[in-house]
Amino acid sequence: MPETPVACPDCDLLQHVPLLPPRGKALCRRCGKVLATDKPGANERTLALAVGAAIVFANALPLMGLSAARREVDTTIIGGAWMMWQEGQQLTAALVALCAVVAPAVYIGIIVVLLAVRIYSPAPLWVGELLHWGELAREWAMTEVMMLGVLVALVKIADLATVVIGVGIFATGVLIALITMVAVNFDSGKIWTQVQWTTVDAQSLPNPTPAIDYQGVKK
Amino acid sequence: MQALCAFVKTPGHTRATNYCPRCGNELAFRRHEAMERTWALIIAAAICYVPANLLPVMTSITAMGAQADTIIGGVILLYRTGSWHLALIVLIASVIIPLTKLFALAYLLITVQRCSAKSNRERAQLYRLVEFIGRWSMLDVFVIAFVVALVQLKPLMAAQPRYGILFFAAVVILTIFASQSFDPRLIWDSANKMEERNE
Ligand SMILES: [Zn+2]
Ligand SMILES: [Zn+2]
Repeated sequence: MPETPVACPDCDLLQHVPLLPPRGKALCRRCGKVLATDKPGANERTLALAVGAAIVFANALPLMGLSAARREVDTTIIGGAWMMWQEGQQLTAALVALCAVVAPAVYIGIIVVLLAVRIYSPAPLWVGELLHWGELAREWAMTEVMMLGVLVALVKIADLATVVIGVGIFATGVLIALITMVAVNFDSGKIWTQVQWTTVDAQSLPNPTPAIDYQGVKK
Repeated sequence: MQALCAFVKTPGHTRATNYCPRCGNELAFRRHEAMERTWALIIAAAICYVPANLLPVMTSITAMGAQADTIIGGVILLYRTGSWHLALIVLIASVIIPLTKLFALAYLLITVQRCSAKSNRERAQLYRLVEFIGRWSMLDVFVIAFVVALVQLKPLMAAQPRYGILFFAAVVILTIFASQSFDPRLIWDSANKMEERNE
């Protein structure tokens, strides 16, 4: 069966992605977009990593504390959004909760589910649906931005009162590392190729009009 | 035509046949009204940018009294308290990145409208840069959130968010939506047309 050409998502050039060497990368020959990467044996590792990330995530609770005049307060990640909400900034609070808590949790959750069902081939249609949501969640998951925000906040507060760094900060650091590793190892392209088609007739053979280009493989 | 899962297919005759059989995404030559939507979103973001910078984002109440800070005020305060590294990071995230996004997207829209076929690769890279840096402008929203969450030792000291942060958050969301609604394939369209003409 002839391989179907792939259209570059950024510039629409139709081209064939050649078989990649281990850890090889195929770039669009026109605009330089990464079209495919070979992720050797990524899935098992990713599953373990994702579960690890989920566990760390659940535990990343007390972020930092503040003490002055023998009084103490501390906060968690969700606490940042909660105070915003109570102070009458509900929209901003919702955005903070979405980017710092909801989106990362959804992303990790979806990856765990996807890797758990990946053994079935062809994969059911809802797997494709999940891939959509995972993509969206990843865009809004801003754990690394939040971490930098926490550090800046700590420095800002430091001259007002004594700041106590909580374990949550370290847990968040680990979480960021895990999420990055998951994102690097997770091969959504591989899962897409396993997703079932709704209709057979709809796969009427793709008909590439422009000349098909074979592009170089960068290693 | 191409869908999210990189499926390519010849166009169907009705709209109903133009859905990907695998991911259910609509197969479209270009994102619908990409230009109009992106323009609308960046204009809205540019409008929100004004109150985001003029209004205070936070009030801190300490023994010395209440003090309202704007975004730039916060950067200056960080610089004065000695951490110029962090001041620079906040300046980049809160001022330079939103402005870069607005100007870069406006530039891409204008060049597409003028059917420019020059420096396509550079413009494609500029678009990727905008997508990559976009999220970092959320930094100040997180900073304010955590300062407010922590500085709650009433009546000794307290911090309250103010409406500037709402407008700033709006700028961040609108610019993220704007870069998502822009279709980078538009950059290549005039080059494609020229090639076809030459053939
Ligand atoms: Zn391309
Ligand atoms: Zn599809």
